[in-house]
Amino acid sequence: MKPALVLALAAMSVAASAEDLTQPQAPQVQSWSFDGPLGHYDRGALQRGFQVYKEVCSACHSLNMVAYHDLAAPGGPGFSEAQAKVLAAEAHIPAEPNDKGDVFDERGNRIMRSGILADHFPPPFVNEQAARAANGGALPPDLSLIIKARQGGPDYVYSILTGFNQHPPHGFAVQEGKYYNPFFPGRNISMPPPLKPNLVSFSDGTPATVSNEAKAVVTFLAWASEPQLEARHRIGMQVLSFLVLLAGLLFLSYRKIWHGKPEDPGLVHDLPGTGTEKAPVGDPDSLSGG
Amino acid sequence: MGRAILSRVPADIPCPRHEDNTLANATETEPTRRDFLYIATGAAAAMGAGLAAWPFLDQMNPSSAVLAMASIEVDIAAIQPGQQVVFKWRGHPLFVRRRTPKEIAAARAVAPSDLPDGLARNANLTDSAPASDANRVIKPEWLVVVGVCTHLGCTPTVSTPQSPQGSYGGWLCHCHGSEYDTAGRIRKGPAPQNLAVPPYAFTGPTKLKIG
Amino acid sequence: MAHSSYVPKTKLGRWFDQRLPIVRLVSDSFVTYPTPRNLNFWYVFGAILTLMLVVQIVTGIVLAMHYVPSADAAFGSVEQRIMREVNYGWLIRYIHANGASMFFLAVYVHMFRGLYYGSYKAPREILWILGVFIYLLMTATAFFGYVLPWGQMSFWGATVITSLFSAIDQIIPNLGTAITHWLWGDFAVGDATLNRFFSLHYLLPFVIAGVVGLHIWALHVPGNNNPLGIDVKGPQDTVPFYPFYTVKDGFFMVLFVIFYLAFVFYAPNFFGNPDNYIQANPLVTPTDIVPEWYLLPFYAMLRAIPSKLIGVLVLVGALLTLLFVPWLDTSKVRSCRFRPLMKQLFWLFAADCILLGYVGSQTADAAWHLGGIDFPLVWLARFGTLYYFGFFWVLMPWIGKREVTRPLPESIAQAVLAKGKH
Repeated sequence: MKPALVLALAAMSVAASAEDLTQPQAPQVQSWSFDGPLGHYDRGALQRGFQVYKEVCSACHSLNMVAYHDLAAPGGPGFSEAQAKVLAAEAHIPAEPNDKGDVFDERGNRIMRSGILADHFPPPFVNEQAARAANGGALPPDLSLIIKARQGGPDYVYSILTGFNQHPPHGFAVQEGKYYNPFFPGRNISMPPPLKPNLVSFSDGTPATVSNEAKAVVTFLAWASEPQLEARHRIGMQVLSFLVLLAGLLFLSYRKIWHGKPEDPGLVHDLPGTGTEKAPVGDPDSLSGG
Repeated sequence: MGRAILSRVPADIPCPRHEDNTLANATETEPTRRDFLYIATGAAAAMGAGLAAWPFLDQMNPSSAVLAMASIEVDIAAIQPGQQVVFKWRGHPLFVRRRTPKEIAAARAVAPSDLPDGLARNANLTDSAPASDANRVIKPEWLVVVGVCTHLGCTPTVSTPQSPQGSYGGWLCHCHGSEYDTAGRIRKGPAPQNLAVPPYAFTGPTKLKIG
Repeated sequence: MAHSSYVPKTKLGRWFDQRLPIVRLVSDSFVTYPTPRNLNFWYVFGAILTLMLVVQIVTGIVLAMHYVPSADAAFGSVEQRIMREVNYGWLIRYIHANGASMFFLAVYVHMFRGLYYGSYKAPREILWILGVFIYLLMTATAFFGYVLPWGQMSFWGATVITSLFSAIDQIIPNLGTAITHWLWGDFAVGDATLNRFFSLHYLLPFVIAGVVGLHIWALHVPGNNNPLGIDVKGPQDTVPFYPFYTVKDGFFMVLFVIFYLAFVFYAPNFFGNPDNYIQANPLVTPTDIVPEWYLLPFYAMLRAIPSKLIGVLVLVGALLTLLFVPWLDTSKVRSCRFRPLMKQLFWLFAADCILLGYVGSQTADAAWHLGGIDFPLVWLARFGTLYYFGFFWVLMPWIGKREVTRPLPESIAQAVLAKGKH
């Protein structure tokens, strides 16, 4: 894999000298349920991850490309349509203009309505400027594609979320208003440590350690980035199996046509000069080519 | 040039002949001798091509975003008797009209056999249901129809006591003069069919789910 | 061209043949067409390329039903509409994106095969030149196509490459900038650029298809070359294309498709860059701007030269050099099977291209740290560029005349018989 090659070469170049503090540390490799050709999403992890996103991350991070009906779609967290409808109804969506054309009420607030299945997850901030103003000038990125948008994917995001407990090495200056995270490029990250033990309480009894919270939300975000993963793996297995079968049939046909025995009923006779021909291909007595 | 391919064959390669010394025919033409293997291979390839075509055809079907809006839920509590509210459903206007007792009586006063279009056109019933007023509604007070004139697709204007449209108290389509009654049935004009009643249900006393 | 052996078997067939002999053309070109009997695996890539062109055009047209070529909506139309909402949109997108990589993989194998077996030599010079045109059109098409998703790499890759034209300012002041603004339709890459790139990306594949038609025509006039590099002497050296090569190509094409779809289904982002999953932001430059892998060797050459103008000229020169190959190689022997010295230089050249590609993938200031000594990779690129030009302009002409070649077989049939195989 290309990223692994790049990382290995980076590691090689680093090994000879002391740790280069201008470069981030390589992400800690984890094993994920969606790894490999047989990968799938752990339903429980997806639901716990959705809970972590909803209760923790959604305060600052939008998830613009995910719609509430996606929560009930196959290959996803596996909520029923009724459950997804309830989750949607908890969301506040800016309402369309009313009959008088108003979008703001008498007090100047935006008129809201409750969400329906077709709505996408509403962003926490109305625009980029509002998001920056609320976060010390930094823009919390949208998380819809974050796993695919970062080198190292789920390992990177997991390492960031769990990497806040490392102390900055002696001599490293942490910038004002930022936090030390060795996995983030530049090692100064604007996001405060988002996860703490028992920050959420999982209804399935999974202990809410930082590691479990991180694993859950990374699994959920992996699904948000690649909702079609399970269908892709399943269809891939079917397609490739079929093609292997077809390749087998084609190989046998190829052998028969090129190396078939004279008594095999076939489309064309064997090749001249092999000693087994019934008739030449390209009979020199005929005027036809080939 | 191709002529090089047809240059004279060197003498040391023999002219192939059968045992009976006849020249062997260069090509095999009888399909019945075609081998099962070739048929199986050809069939597998054709099947593969057919299966591969499906995603390319299915991608043109309505996407999941379109399907998510295929069904809407509306609150009709605020609609007064004699009033109509227009919603948007599957890209078309949807009329929800709260009928007065007079409007209901007027609709019931005519027999389906006297109507230009005698069928109910109600997606919640069978195709052959007659266009009686009872077959046009679930609850008599609430008429729900798709606001698309069945002539050429314009949006008909609703008739109110303040501003009557057409002679039947329902709707008038200003494009070509089609007139609908208080059950949304065509009475006069070029439209061939009654206004369509979409699939819908009451999910509460004043809540409708359409589609 | 061989005398046509097509005989219509039905009355309708005869009627049609007298008016538009297209069935005859297909029969002569792909059914009875005499093909050397000793073509090996490396010869299937022409057919694979035709398959890939069809695949890219079909998937591309389907994607264009959903894609919106506007700077505001492009990224969303790909990542939200196509990848998440359109039925099988994710599959068609991944087939198209990975298809571009497979297309280039196949074209490089095809080109290297042509170099190795001397398929560019007389009388196939125009065939080779048409091939170079196809390659250049493919490069342009791929460049335009990569901009369309409007990710960070799309935007900044477009900015870097189109900015190269401003190097012309060093020859004629202001002309380069004028040309660059003309290409952009704006003072920077933006909505106007995206729209016109979409139009051109849709157009060029059909231009490619036309040139491919000429390419196959130019091939069929002299007939195929073969691994021995010697001419066909008679019918005993050939077999009819159908069924011998339809089944052989069919088999290898299915193997290729298995390889291709393994990426589509199980590693769809292997050839891509994560930065392209971030929407284009004109105010934020990614830390490393890299093109797709198939353009990396040329990117390395461009960055190897300190001067912008000379770098552009070297890049263009590297591509245009390919047009002269039929005349740069002076050897009378076609196939490297019988040219022991050229064979080694060829493999060195192949390794050189891979080396240049590797350097292109690294940052501009990357260096190897070997036992305390810093070795900047840009010197590898300079050496690699030198060998690239040296291989074509110095070694090919010089070796051709001086090399001691191995004795050629009498004929294809004889060589095949001697091996005891088909």
